[in-house]
Amino acid sequence: MFGQANVLAAGQAAFPPSVDDFYLPAIVPWGVENAPWFTKFTLMIWVAVGFLIIFFLATYRNPKLVPTKKQWFAESIYGFVRNNISVDMIGHQGVRFAPYFTTLFCFVLVTNAFAIIPLFQISPNSHIAFPAILAVISYVLFNYIGIRHHGFGKYFKHALIPPAPWYILPLLIPIEAFSTFIIRPFSLAVRLFANMFAGHMLLLVFTLGGFAMLNANAWLAPISVVSWVMTVALTLLEALVIVLQAYVFTVLSASYIQGALAEEH
Amino acid sequence: MLFLLAAEGGESDHNPIIPIWQEIVVGTVAFAVLCFVLMKFVFPRMEQTFQARVDAIEGGIKRAEAAQAEANQLLEQYRAQLAEARTDAAKIRDDARADAEGIRQDILAKAREESDRVIQAGKDALAAERATIVRELRAEVGTIAVDLASKIVGESLADEARRKGTVDRFLSGLESTGAR
Repeated sequence: MFGQANVLAAGQAAFPPSVDDFYLPAIVPWGVENAPWFTKFTLMIWVAVGFLIIFFLATYRNPKLVPTKKQWFAESIYGFVRNNISVDMIGHQGVRFAPYFTTLFCFVLVTNAFAIIPLFQISPNSHIAFPAILAVISYVLFNYIGIRHHGFGKYFKHALIPPAPWYILPLLIPIEAFSTFIIRPFSLAVRLFANMFAGHMLLLVFTLGGFAMLNANAWLAPISVVSWVMTVALTLLEALVIVLQAYVFTVLSASYIQGALAEEH
Repeated sequence: MLFLLAAEGGESDHNPIIPIWQEIVVGTVAFAVLCFVLMKFVFPRMEQTFQARVDAIEGGIKRAEAAQAEANQLLEQYRAQLAEARTDAAKIRDDARADAEGIRQDILAKAREESDRVIQAGKDALAAERATIVRELRAEVGTIAVDLASKIVGESLADEARRKGTVDRFLSGLESTGAR
């Protein structure tokens, strides 16, 4: 986990950073390449899951009508997703989906947050496997709900045939099919993955860039400092992206479910 | 995707757009555990708490409304009772005033009667006294007159006078002239 820090301290970091910087050696067995079962990434996933389970079980072990501060905090997370995402997007039926959306939101938020938490400093979501799982769940969920709500034939008719003149339909149906059933899960997964990947890459560029300049020429030290100041600024930007991407992922999933449940276009 | 693979292939063994299957397994299991725990043990209880809170607040409002209604009803009742008591009091006062007037009239009548009676008794006693005095006087006047006449005439006329009723006749004559 600290391999990269050691590399930095030794002044041996390769510049520019590459995709390989996202593929760290395994923790168990220690230092083996291409052994993804137990790496920093899977460890962070378990840490996030453990943290969320402990947080919610601890704060909601003994709920009171008049909440304590911790209980109020846990409730306001759920209340935010329930009222401002589920109910706002889907309507009163949205309450049913609020538990899943809250779980999704919290999971994405915490895993994203690792991107700027010291010692972790990379988000598991910069490996596409994790956003892909979540996107597949959203994809299966909205199709399942649509089919259950409308019936198989009516759902696909509803999803594929927009209310348009018949002569434009040959053009519209493939576009609708492509956008709804192919683009949606990819865009969900790639949006989250690319944001976290690019965020980490940017931080790497400015951090390693500072060291690279310092190593190349001592006179470049002031510019190295500028580069590291940029790292701090970008970390703040990253904090914004972390929250925003968690929100966007949840809102888009909710919007797909809303579309699947909608009676009309 | 093949294009991407080709583009990346030269520089790196890794393609960031191809998911690692081991991570998919780990991520699925971990997320499933998270979903199971949170969606089964945490969020439904939050819904219950929200519902209980709504019930508590609505119940509180309902109880307050009931209490308010009861209070209003009691107030009306008290007002009615107060008005009734006021009417009763006025009636009692009127009755008392009427009673007092009656009693006063009674007492006055009795007093008047008593005074009449006393006056009458006085008058009667006076009349009786007068009659007695007149009677005694008459007898005495007769005797004195006869005595006086006897002294003047020089002989006793008493028996004569008694025999003939002269004195009485005279006195009766006096009386009748006096009365006239």
